Amino acid sequence: MQVPAPFEYERATSVDHAISLLERLGGTARLIAGGHSLLPMMKLRLANFDYLIDINDLHGELGYVEAGPDEVRIGALTRHRELLESPVLATAFPIFADAERVIADPVVRNRGTLGGSLCQADPSEDLSAVCTTLDARCVIRGPGGAERVVSMEEFHVGPYETAVADDEILVEIRLPVRPGCGSAYAKVERRAGDWAVVSAGAAVWLDGGAIVDARVGLAAVGPNTTGIPAISAALRGREPSESLYEQAGAIAADSCDPVTDQRGSADYKRHLAAELTRRTLRRAVERARS
Amino acid sequence: MTTVHERVDTFHDNDQKPVGYGRMLRKEDPRFLRGRGRYVDDVQLPGMLHLAILRSPVAHARIVSIDTSAAEASPGVKAVVTGAMLAQQNLAWMPTLSNDVQAVLATDKVRFQGQEVAFVVAEDRYAARDALELIDVEYDVLDPVIDARRALESDAPLIRDDLDGKTNNHCFDWETGDEAATEAVFARADVVVSQDLVYPRVHPAPMETCGAVADYDAVDGKLRLWSTTQAPHAHRTLYAIVAGLPEHKIQVISPDIGGGFGNKVPIYPGYVCAIVASIVTGKPVKWMEDRSENLISTGFARDYIMRGEIAATRDGRILGIRTNVLADHGAFNGTAAPVKYPAGFFGVFTGSYDIEAAYCKMTAVYTNKAPGGVAYACSFRITEAVYLVERIVDCLADELGMDPAELRLKNFIQPEQFPYTTKTGWVYDSGNYEPTMRLAMEMAGYDELRREQAEKRARDELMGIGIAFFTEAVGAGPRKDMDILGLGMADGCELRVHPTGKAVVRLSVQSQGQGHETTFAQIVAEEIGIPPSDIEVLHGDTDNTPFGLGTYGSRSTPVSGAAAALVARKVRDKARIIASGMLEVSVADLEWEKGAFHVAGDPGRSVTIQDIALRAHGAGDLPEGIEGGLEAQICYNPSNLTYPHGAYICVVDIDPGTAQVTVRRFIAVDDCGTRINPMIIEGQVHGGLTDGVGMALMEMIAFDEDGNCLGASLMDYLIPTSLEVPDWETGFTVTPSPHHPIGAKGVGESATVGSPPAIVNAVVDALKPFGVRHADMPLTPSRVWDAMRGQARPPI
Ligand SMILES: Cc1cc2nc3c(=O)[nH]c(=O)nc-3n(C[C@H](O)[C@H](O)[C@H](O)COP(=O)(O)OP(=O)(O)OC[C@H]3O[C@@H](n4cnc5c(N)ncnc54)[C@H](O)[C@@H]3O)c2cc1C
Repeated sequence: MQVPAPFEYERATSVDHAISLLERLGGTARLIAGGHSLLPMMKLRLANFDYLIDINDLHGELGYVEAGPDEVRIGALTRHRELLESPVLATAFPIFADAERVIADPVVRNRGTLGGSLCQADPSEDLSAVCTTLDARCVIRGPGGAERVVSMEEFHVGPYETAVADDEILVEIRLPVRPGCGSAYAKVERRAGDWAVVSAGAAVWLDGGAIVDARVGLAAVGPNTTGIPAISAALRGREPSESLYEQAGAIAADSCDPVTDQRGSADYKRHLAAELTRRTLRRAVERARS
Repeated sequence: MTTVHERVDTFHDNDQKPVGYGRMLRKEDPRFLRGRGRYVDDVQLPGMLHLAILRSPVAHARIVSIDTSAAEASPGVKAVVTGAMLAQQNLAWMPTLSNDVQAVLATDKVRFQGQEVAFVVAEDRYAARDALELIDVEYDVLDPVIDARRALESDAPLIRDDLDGKTNNHCFDWETGDEAATEAVFARADVVVSQDLVYPRVHPAPMETCGAVADYDAVDGKLRLWSTTQAPHAHRTLYAIVAGLPEHKIQVISPDIGGGFGNKVPIYPGYVCAIVASIVTGKPVKWMEDRSENLISTGFARDYIMRGEIAATRDGRILGIRTNVLADHGAFNGTAAPVKYPAGFFGVFTGSYDIEAAYCKMTAVYTNKAPGGVAYACSFRITEAVYLVERIVDCLADELGMDPAELRLKNFIQPEQFPYTTKTGWVYDSGNYEPTMRLAMEMAGYDELRREQAEKRARDELMGIGIAFFTEAVGAGPRKDMDILGLGMADGCELRVHPTGKAVVRLSVQSQGQGHETTFAQIVAEEIGIPPSDIEVLHGDTDNTPFGLGTYGSRSTPVSGAAAALVARKVRDKARIIASGMLEVSVADLEWEKGAFHVAGDPGRSVTIQDIALRAHGAGDLPEGIEGGLEAQICYNPSNLTYPHGAYICVVDIDPGTAQVTVRRFIAVDDCGTRINPMIIEGQVHGGLTDGVGMALMEMIAFDEDGNCLGASLMDYLIPTSLEVPDWETGFTVTPSPHHPIGAKGVGESATVGSPPAIVNAVVDALKPFGVRHADMPLTPSRVWDAMRGQARPPI
């Protein structure tokens, strides 16, 4: 058994309570959601905090998937399993179920949360790639109930670093809804439940035969999950075709920045960025059409 | 208890209640399935303290100073011990199982990342762990030797300067076979194929990590040690030698063990530290390593860099096999193998083929990596040997343009050639290879698979079919040839039949999941006719079981299984004499039918083994010269190893876009001689095949150039899950061992030995359209992709 360093622990009773605790304790405190990223690091003593503020009792307040006319709103404490099983997401953004099926295992999915995944800011985090693909907005609440909304590009400021300040909490993710959407996710892993060697998400919005907009998000090929504007630019206004997917794949391979490690060589990861971009775009278009 | 039995009765596996061999559910399962197993970490003693070990963060460094004062002052800490303090008691170093020495706690230098440097004993595990951070060690970092190929270069840093007169990193040289004869057959062969192969470092990674609870009683001088050991008796003797404690005052208890795979054969510094700590503090002390400690510091396996060469005639007759091996033994030679076999049983690398000559030359070196060598279900390096021969036979098939099944069938040792002496001197006891191979091909639908593959290739789809045929050599001794640090590899066994006809059998071997409590009850049941449910199997406690060398190298059934059968026969012989008195006939007039003696020609006059047991303990007269009681003890010394064999066929599909390998089918036909409990055999095979998928596709303990272990957690060191493996298709043939009392051969490691080459052969076969002839394990998507582009690289 790996044992963490000493820490104190308190359960928050409301979002505002959690924020007031954070305000008081500052950088020595950490929120704990599902704990599936935080606890392994603490047990390995890679991360040591004096205080843990448990927000799991806030699931009533922060665990939801709600469809509005312009956007889908997801509470930060919504668990992987709830995302996997959400009928709203299955209809609007099947990319979620694609991704959730290959994230970790049922034990982790029962506890791990959307907010924790995004706040962990791991470059390989699948839900970050999904949210990048869908151009998500992140709602961050701070002292006095002040809320600000940031894009994914702003939210992730480096590996394991986010725009959330020490006295703030991520409360909600908003996904813009536009007509003609199709989305898909694909991941290459060495073994079920392993982190991605590379994964890719794609979303397209079609009008008639043409692509109105398209987005691709990649995980594990750079400091943060990467959205690739050049792909969006290349695809907008075009008819979907194999050669277009080829072109998008080539852009993906060019614009990512993978490193060689135990999961694979940088060359291979570049190749996968292209391959998975092609596959997910193809799938997203099929879904948008059906 | 009754409800348990009613429930299990509904399982189809229990539809027979064999009095002897046959399918039956494992007797130990109710306790494991209900979470009632009792492992070392479940041992709680009054006043028990906890021990944590400080490990080296670097691979190679001189220790300049260690300051323990802050740790000593930390709350709850009872003692902090360093190598210097152990040295004062002459305990800083201990012998390894290969006659090398290993530091218990480093005194002069650290020689691998994760090496033990100091330990803390405290009131609880947290306090002990917290105090580790307060120990201040100053290291003078030295260049490490990580690549075994560089170990013998003249400017390589010297690792073992603790050994007198040592000037290089050479560990040992070893050779077998006939070099000149082999050279001669290679010179006249039509075809010679040579291939470099790496069997990378892998780790057994048992679910339960290693640990111990030491309880030294200063009043009666007795040490009780609960520990995760596969060889409790051998460990007891070694502790007596190392620590100078009298052997009768040491009791080693190996309770339920959560997997061993060889990882729990060696004596680790942590066990010795726990003993020292208990003696120093006068309290029981628990040490339980965590997952990372297990992965970075305990016995690994493989790490063989091999060149295989095979010579044949143009029409596919194999003439000779030759190999050159560079073996990486880590910082200390901690290999657990019989002492006369520094390379284990690698000498069986000639496989299942009748060839004219063979030769192996091996050089072993020290590197700045964790010690070990033989662990992970390898039958003392037969895993490496089988991988070598089965891979190069496939390379030869490729070169000859011959079907790999046909090439194997053409070269098998024939049934009438057994006992067969190989060109490296091993005497294979029995075998009948062709039917085993044909059965596997039939189950696989081999010809149909080849047709499917041809169609798929035409469509640029990647499908591969891989074959491996192995001969194992398991069940060490004989004791005259095989010993571990002077302890002969023989096994004791004791059987007592109680007055009511229930029995207890005491084994010297210890189970780590092999189902001994069931199998051994069945072996005894078969011989004396007492139902397995009425036979208690005791093992793992040196005060309560006879001496023997333990469970590894698939030796339990070949050695202790024989002992159990023979001890039961001894009891039956005595029972026969008592029966003759009870029935008032001569011994010669009695006939044995399982569980009873009856008078020949008069089956109505009979006594059961239970009647006899009662008489043996009762008040009535016994025949002249017969003592009361019904029990016996023996020590079994095997006359030879047993040689199980098997034919494995693997079918893989590879995604051409991502290079991901899927094992679609796996057919395993095993021949382990007499089958005692087929369900347990299948379980052993399923586990071993899963191991094989892990090694072939994902497992590897890698190091960076500074010697940092890159496999220090199960996030980094991948082991397969049910999602990576297909539904196993198992079959069997039966070729009994002629010298084993019940004809049984071991099966514990067959599948681990046989499956990796089958999988690699399948992947290489799938990649044939890319001109690939070989690719080393682990065949991760990235490495397969490299191979597809003609850039296959060794993993180290
Ligand atoms: C075995 C295993 C396999 C895994 N495999 C994958 C995988 O394949 N793909 C993948 O994407 N992920 C994987 N994960 C990670 C998993 O998805 C985690 O659940 C997720 O990364 C973190 O969610 P959590 O709720 O557990 O966060 P926690 O561990 O509780 O928290 C993570 C961090 O986020 C902070 N945090 C949490 N919630 C908030 C909030 N609302 N506001 C501000 N900060 C917050 C915490 O303070 C902490 O710093 C795996 C995890 C494990 C244990």
